[in-house]
Amino acid sequence: MSSNSFAYNEQSGGGEATELGQEATSTISPSGAFGLFSSDLKKNEDLKQMLESNKDSAKLDAMKRIVGMIAKGKNASELFPAVVKNVASKNIEIKKLVYVYLVRYAEEQQDLALLSISTFQRALKDPNQLIRASALRVLSSIRVPIIVPIMMLAIKEAAADLSPYVRKNAAHAIQKLYSLDPEQKEMLIEVIEKLLKDKSILVAGSVVMAFEEVCPDRIDLIHKNYRKLCNLLVDVEEWGQVVIIHMLTRYARTQFVSPWREDDGLEDNEKSFYDSDDEQKEKTDKRKKPYTMDPDHRLLIRNTKPLLQSRNAAVVMAVAQLYWHISPKSEAGIISKSLVRLLRSNREVQYIVLQNIATMSIQRKGMFEPYLKSFYVRSTDPTMIKTLKLEILTNLANEANISTLLREFQTYVKSQDKQFAAATIQTIGRCAANISEVTDTCLSGLVCLLSNRDEIVVAESVVVIKKLLQMQPAQHGEIIKHMAKLLDSITVPVARASILWLIGENCERVPKIAPDVLRKMAKSFTSEDDLVKLQILNLGAKLYLTNSKQTKLLTQYILNLGKYDQNYDIRDRTRFIRQLIVPNEKSGALSKYAKKIFLAQKPAPLLESPFKDRDHFQLGTLSHTLNAKAAGYLELSNWPEVAPDPSVRNVEVIDLAKEWTPAGKAKNENPTKKFYSESEEEEDSSDSSSDSGSESGSESGEEDEEGDSSEDSSEDSSSEPESESGRQSDTENRRVAKRNSKTKGKGDSKDEKKENEKSKTSDSSNAESSSVEESSSDSESESESESESESRKVTKEKEKKTKQDRNRLATDVSLLDLDDCEYWDASVLVPCLVVNPVSTPVALPTPALSPSLIADLEGLNLSTSSSVISVSTPVFVPMKTHVLLHRMSGKGLAAHYSFPRQPCIFGDKMVSVQITLNNTTDKKIENIHIREKKLPIGMQMHVFNPIESLEPEGSITVSMGIDFCDSTQTASFQLCTKDDCFSVNIQPPVGELLLPVAMSEKDFKKEQGMLTGMNETSATIIAAPQNFPPSVILQKVINVANAGVVPSGQDNIHRFAAKTVHSGSLMLVTVELKEGSTAQLIINTEKTVIGSVLLRELKPVLSQG
Amino acid sequence: MKMIHSLFLINCSGDIFLEKHWKSVVSQSVCDYFFEAQEKAADVENVPPVISTPHHYLISIYRDKLFFVSVIQTEVPPLFVIEFLHRVADTFQDYFGECSEAAIKDNVVIVYELLEEMLDNGFPLATESNILKELIKPPTILRSVVNSITGSSNVGDTLPTGQLSNIPWRRAGVKYTNNEAYFDVVEEIDAIIDKSGSTVFAEIQGVIDACIKLSGMPDLSLSFMNPRLLDDVSFHPCIRFKRWESERVLSFIPPDGNFRLISYRVSSQNLVAIPVYVKHSISFKENSSCGRFDVTIGPKQNMGKTIEGVTVTVHMPKVVLNMNLTPTQGSYTFDPVTKVLTWDVGKITPQKLPSLKGLVNLQSGAPKPEENPSLNIQFKIQQLAISGLKVNRLDMYGEKYKPFKGVKYVTKAGKFQVRT
Repeated sequence: MSSNSFAYNEQSGGGEATELGQEATSTISPSGAFGLFSSDLKKNEDLKQMLESNKDSAKLDAMKRIVGMIAKGKNASELFPAVVKNVASKNIEIKKLVYVYLVRYAEEQQDLALLSISTFQRALKDPNQLIRASALRVLSSIRVPIIVPIMMLAIKEAAADLSPYVRKNAAHAIQKLYSLDPEQKEMLIEVIEKLLKDKSILVAGSVVMAFEEVCPDRIDLIHKNYRKLCNLLVDVEEWGQVVIIHMLTRYARTQFVSPWREDDGLEDNEKSFYDSDDEQKEKTDKRKKPYTMDPDHRLLIRNTKPLLQSRNAAVVMAVAQLYWHISPKSEAGIISKSLVRLLRSNREVQYIVLQNIATMSIQRKGMFEPYLKSFYVRSTDPTMIKTLKLEILTNLANEANISTLLREFQTYVKSQDKQFAAATIQTIGRCAANISEVTDTCLSGLVCLLSNRDEIVVAESVVVIKKLLQMQPAQHGEIIKHMAKLLDSITVPVARASILWLIGENCERVPKIAPDVLRKMAKSFTSEDDLVKLQILNLGAKLYLTNSKQTKLLTQYILNLGKYDQNYDIRDRTRFIRQLIVPNEKSGALSKYAKKIFLAQKPAPLLESPFKDRDHFQLGTLSHTLNAKAAGYLELSNWPEVAPDPSVRNVEVIDLAKEWTPAGKAKNENPTKKFYSESEEEEDSSDSSSDSGSESGSESGEEDEEGDSSEDSSEDSSSEPESESGRQSDTENRRVAKRNSKTKGKGDSKDEKKENEKSKTSDSSNAESSSVEESSSDSESESESESESESRKVTKEKEKKTKQDRNRLATDVSLLDLDDCEYWDASVLVPCLVVNPVSTPVALPTPALSPSLIADLEGLNLSTSSSVISVSTPVFVPMKTHVLLHRMSGKGLAAHYSFPRQPCIFGDKMVSVQITLNNTTDKKIENIHIREKKLPIGMQMHVFNPIESLEPEGSITVSMGIDFCDSTQTASFQLCTKDDCFSVNIQPPVGELLLPVAMSEKDFKKEQGMLTGMNETSATIIAAPQNFPPSVILQKVINVANAGVVPSGQDNIHRFAAKTVHSGSLMLVTVELKEGSTAQLIINTEKTVIGSVLLRELKPVLSQG
Repeated sequence: MKMIHSLFLINCSGDIFLEKHWKSVVSQSVCDYFFEAQEKAADVENVPPVISTPHHYLISIYRDKLFFVSVIQTEVPPLFVIEFLHRVADTFQDYFGECSEAAIKDNVVIVYELLEEMLDNGFPLATESNILKELIKPPTILRSVVNSITGSSNVGDTLPTGQLSNIPWRRAGVKYTNNEAYFDVVEEIDAIIDKSGSTVFAEIQGVIDACIKLSGMPDLSLSFMNPRLLDDVSFHPCIRFKRWESERVLSFIPPDGNFRLISYRVSSQNLVAIPVYVKHSISFKENSSCGRFDVTIGPKQNMGKTIEGVTVTVHMPKVVLNMNLTPTQGSYTFDPVTKVLTWDVGKITPQKLPSLKGLVNLQSGAPKPEENPSLNIQFKIQQLAISGLKVNRLDMYGEKYKPFKGVKYVTKAGKFQVRT
């Protein structure tokens, strides 16, 4: 009722307000008089009057004072009725301050707070999105249980709002409602599910936040949104990034298999492999399967990398922990540089980052070793930072750097900050214990410190020396004697206790000194610390056992003193020792063993890092910092043994792109398994290898069905039905190829040890063969391509016993292949210049993007300056290699070159060339280098660094850069070894002199318009119609030329754009399909020579059957 | 993750002078745990940033003699909170010119309004200064006078559009009569020099701060003569990462006003030039209550530029009572309480090297100090980026007018320490 009247009030406010105003003005003037005596009550009275005045300025003043009271923590709750009336004020500042007040006190004054609700409900319908958002924000911040249904309704509506900003606020409101009433969980999850699908970068962070808060266990809600989140990540605001990255880390740990290769000692499993027992077989298979990273896993790792360069330390740390927890160990190294950069930040950031580095440096020293000096301590660092740095330095210490470190430690020991000096001494002790080479040096250094003037330093040294001596029970009589002398001067109990213990342990080595020490101690027993007393008792007992003649009386005296000590621990110990060592009629069976008990060999203490046990917490979390589980900490699960079905992440749109991913499909095969048993297909579906629905390569009916259905669906949603035939024939080819490689792979893979290596090789060959086939995609050429791939494989097999370098190359190749599986996602970025340099997508179908979608996607991006011509990543990287030096003519040294189509790192105008060198002899080849470059004028070459030696059967890949000056002239040079020189030359195919360019259709036409006349060359091609599906044309063109695909609005015109590497001139290629199996091929470029050469090369490729 | 629950601002004498709660109220008594930790720590620098209490966690930062203590209830990445708190302090600095108790108390309403906008339910909402300034106008003397007369307010009546756009860091409708874009390349040398004068560790930390006053929506690209120098870079969110990766060009639509464009590091692998050298001899005699102090400073590898603004700060050992020194140049002060010696040298002229010589009085009877104190050196070199970084050109797209452009270089000492 009251709320209604209030609403009314607001609408026809004019008259009533003046009425109120008259009342107020009459009372406002005397209020000043109260000022002098103002008790709190009076003061508030005065505020109330101001609030009821009709002047906004008075109201505003009152509200400001009230906010001041709230800020100081004073109670202003009794003003609630007066304040709440102003909730609908027209003055935006008053309104805001009232909101501040409401949020603070609504919980305490629930009934009155209800008065304000109708105002918010009305504002929720306001046409202005910011007003809607702010109403929702305040409404949901009022913690009044009665309004839960209203909030729920408001959230639901806001979640469907057209404005992403309102939807963002809805996501925030979800958490608030959940904490107010957890009963609403199910309903809220529905809203979260809906908002997770949202494509706006504004919403992403907030909704993931809500997800983490309300239902972090509902990982299934993430599946469909996983790829989208990965792709949006870079553009999300920084706070959202942190939340999303943490969530995705957890997600990855439940959905992907471990990329960390353990040393699989699988030899013994070979036998079971041949056992008929199905179950065992399955298990072995699984373990033996070479690891291939799920493309989604790769996507996450790749898309988070740029964020390492964020200015926000929290984002950098989040990415670092992601790399630490989910990336292959070999890739985690890149985070160290960024973490070290954070050390320049303020002390709080330093503190947290150093803690995390400390944990990391225990497990993987190598990561931070290059940055050793960044952890050197400055005298101005706060102590807590110093100790953390010291901790890291200790973890990083090894044989190589210990001498430098010890020199550095010497400076620290002398520090005026004694706490830090003491920590340094402990550190030296740990280094001494861990690195046996320096134990003696450290020990003598520590002994020197015993004569230090500072007691803390001496005491710490004593304790550390004690530990060290215990580890090395060798003869250290001198040190012990020296320490015995110290007893006279040193007063720190721990140090005294340590000395006494040491003397007791070694009492037989210092027979003269020990009894004397006991004598002195007996004298001072009563005034010692408890810790020291216990050790005196121990010393007495030990001496009694070894040298009872001299010490019997002394020990008894001490035992008597101990008997009446105030501390019950000491009385206990006394009683115990007496029973054990002093023979009497009651003495039990144990006293015979007293000597063994007291003088047993004690295990040396392990000097360990205090950060040792922190690694079970996720890095970067509060729990890690506290080394205790914080409330709400979500455990990071272990990697699953078998990856859950990866197809759950597929979204319809992605299916569309699926047909384009032949290589990826083939890649994911487990050759061994497939070859052997079709019956295993069932388990297979849970296996990562069955990744894609369209993996129709297998003969199993079941699988086929699955594949077909997804293919069907993809065709349904595809906008280009005409590409179907081409696609199908592709698949056909792929099947054959796959089968081949499977056969091959299996046939040779008896040797279990080489399993990994081999299957990788066959993977890459697989990918290669399929791409080869695609280029000549035709069912007629099946047998031909089969034999081709066969022969390729033969060569591959030869290279199989290659070394790590080669191996890595293979991995690279396979990773590249994997990329195209999520090409759709990657392609989102292509048209908008956002191309990740790390990725090198292969054979990918940009035309598959419908233009409207491109427009949509472009909206996501920041860089819309479309007129700028920018280089994009190559659409396809051909596997083709050219012989540089045959092994026959190279006396066993074989060299091949290929064009990786990467921007050259040596110079902007250079084409990067990869050279793979193989040693086919049985001797080492030493000092491989390049000499005597005979280059045409203007041409330049950046050679690779000389290779010291290449093992027999070894292979190495190096890259170099050549500036061909946009010509197809040959670069000749000499490839030399220690003994011989071979003249070789590289002639670039014209298509490799280009770099792909991303541009829109509009720009393309504009540029083309400027390059007409003599800059245009064209030709007509006559070819069989099966050559004309877009996929085939695309594949053919980019196979020849390193060009970027321009999204085309017409089905019959295909456009490609590139620029020349040297001069950067544009090279525009158009293929226009005409009636009757003909096509027009047009090339527009300033570089007419290259243009015509390219035309000449493209023509046969496109027309060939 | 329920992020930040409450925030308390505490001054050096331990008064809680502002509190703000984003959820239910948490009693001030929670700060007692903080005070306890503060007591335990020898000095303010050593108060642990993360403290665990029975029901809450306290994450705090120390800035400009103030503690920002936030109350957290559940797991949250600590850096998230720390970074946010610093952002809050930065915003205060930006709005009030200083982040001090007085400034915050004077502007308590604006502070409250800011905190309200920066955090919603404990999760950061608007932290970009450009957006905040559209929501809440910073106080100026003129405006406060106008406000008091006309009754208008500090709260913006236009609603910010930046928050809704793809470029949340830039406000819309910027207009200037003079369009200017200035860049300051500031490089700091962090170094540890050992007793003998050889470099233990050195690296260059650089930043490019921009002051951009351009109308409309300019799209800038800044290129360098030698971008490969930049070893490790962190970017303002406005920079297009891909452009940098592929072309090593900084391409961005700038925020309006002052902001930090990039920070970078030139690591010690590339030899870092050390522009000054220090000759020192500090000795304390055994069993005597005095010592000698002699420090001379001179130029080295300064690329022919003048070194100015030189100051030497030394934290003397506790036993030093007083110092009796004569500088050949500049002036010195010694604070007998904190034992800090500060020598303000000024400009170094190679003809006459500045030195500071004299006697040190020690507490009688106390043992002589173990170690000589290290010298912290500050200096400044104008018009030089010590790494050799050079801006090549700045291009503007998207707008028609011709902006006035300028780049300034300066090299400073960062954490520059000479061990003696």
